[in-house]
Amino acid sequence: MAIAAPRRRLGRLERSALTGVLVRELVNYSSYWRASAFSSTVEPTLYLLAFGFGFGSLVSTVGGYDYVEFVGTGTVATAVLFSSAFPAMFGTYVKYAFQRTYDAILAAPVDTEELVSAEALWMAARAGVYGCVPMIVAMFFGLDPSWGMLAVPFICFISGYGWACFGIMTAGFAKSIDNFSYIVSAVLTPLFLVAGTFFPLDGLPEWVQTLAKLNPLHHCVELVRHAVFGWEGWADVLSVGALLLFGVLMWRLAIYAMTRKLID
Amino acid sequence: MSGLAIKLRGAVKRYGEITAVDGLDLDVPEGTCVGLLGPNGAGKSTTMRLLTAQAIPDDGELEVLGFRLPGESKQARAELGLAPQLDNLDVTLTVQQNLLVFAHLYRIPRGERPAAIQRALEMARLVDRRDDRVDKLSGGMRRRLLIARALVHRPRLVLLDEPTVGLDPQVRQELWALIDALRSEGTTILMSTHYIEEAQRLADTVMIMSHGKAVASGPPAELVVEHAGSEVLEVYGPPARLAEVEADAGAAGLRTRRTGTSISILGYTSGNGFEADGERRRANLEDVFVLLTGEEIG
Repeated sequence: MAIAAPRRRLGRLERSALTGVLVRELVNYSSYWRASAFSSTVEPTLYLLAFGFGFGSLVSTVGGYDYVEFVGTGTVATAVLFSSAFPAMFGTYVKYAFQRTYDAILAAPVDTEELVSAEALWMAARAGVYGCVPMIVAMFFGLDPSWGMLAVPFICFISGYGWACFGIMTAGFAKSIDNFSYIVSAVLTPLFLVAGTFFPLDGLPEWVQTLAKLNPLHHCVELVRHAVFGWEGWADVLSVGALLLFGVLMWRLAIYAMTRKLID
Repeated sequence: MSGLAIKLRGAVKRYGEITAVDGLDLDVPEGTCVGLLGPNGAGKSTTMRLLTAQAIPDDGELEVLGFRLPGESKQARAELGLAPQLDNLDVTLTVQQNLLVFAHLYRIPRGERPAAIQRALEMARLVDRRDDRVDKLSGGMRRRLLIARALVHRPRLVLLDEPTVGLDPQVRQELWALIDALRSEGTTILMSTHYIEEAQRLADTVMIMSHGKAVASGPPAELVVEHAGSEVLEVYGPPARLAEVEADAGAAGLRTRRTGTSISILGYTSGNGFEADGERRRANLEDVFVLLTGEEIG
């Protein structure tokens, strides 16, 4: 029954391998998209509504914007985080530790680099879509449409790729799923709070503002706001560069962590 | 048999202090079915992982379908199929969706995918369950689907890691028929098992493994004759009597094997200096295994 396959060398990051992994995600997504969409969009939207109208009743404007507009653009980054880093951490862990999905994929002509890249691409694509939800909700509460909004899915995608790789890396290094509590409490929550989502960072101590420049979530918030309210030239180029650098760094670390985990 | 589908020379795989595979040499000629027989922990599954480059050897040379591992493992994996011991199907997907995903992963061209999936479904006799979710299937059906998934791209080599472990006898027979059909079509098969009968029925060549090493290799019938003779005398009795028989057989130069309530005298022929009351039976692969490894199996 066997048929001779053409003897060609299979390279790195092959499109067919990436497509294969993406097809698996897409087919699976058809069975869980409701839960995924709900958890990734409803929580950031609740933040938007709670802060926007809660604090909004005390603080009418921030940095020249209506507070609901300020938060509406800021929570885009929150949605990106919730739809990339969190599912990447838990999903990756479940797939290698409990479902053994990655063992099955790696027995096919797919290597760890392709597996990680495709998984991150998939979560970045979802972040690109889910990230826009708070902004769209904010439009119902007074956020004016602008052409720059068309760039927001791309900003979410780039940012989501880095955060997805961060999540995969975390899962790759984790010895137990309980370890994620440390990451959520000690890393993600502080980064989430000093991203400039709910309040401007200008009022914080100088050293916190300096540290915030290293926070990829802050760059995502800044880019989204500038896309919606008006670009700010080189500052935005630097933010894009920061997100790309974060993405590349996390991507390589995620591949390293998962190779250690999956290949004996 | 134009060549070797698998060639291992001195393969070593260590996990810390434990040497899971210890200098293993293995030849699997094309078009044959080779059985790796051994108890849990013998190194069978690690050998399978070495062959798919999911484990990197610490030493030795590995070649699969003419590709050197681990460097060319991706090419090798494109032409082999693995049915793992542990179920790793996507349980929320349907039978057909599981095969579709792997048709993509194995780079089957778009136009050929429906026919490839249909053929795999037919081989595994799952055509009428194609639209059922995997979590609705029985254990035997899931195992058949694992094999179908490994066959969807018509591989030259199929690795079956404990294909029938944990299944009831009837389902095991069904799977044996499926493996036998593959074998008769000329697909090269490497199958690990700890069931004696499975190895004896399906494998052209059996390699007995213990503690990561190959302790014997050859066609099952030849292994039996070489190591256990043609007949075995099974003697039953109280422990004291068995100890006495064991000592007498040893004095006559015969090898023995304890089997709970009895003792087996291997290579027994009357008139060779040892006589005892017992039941004669044909020697089998289990005798060989216990004799060579000192471990009970299956």
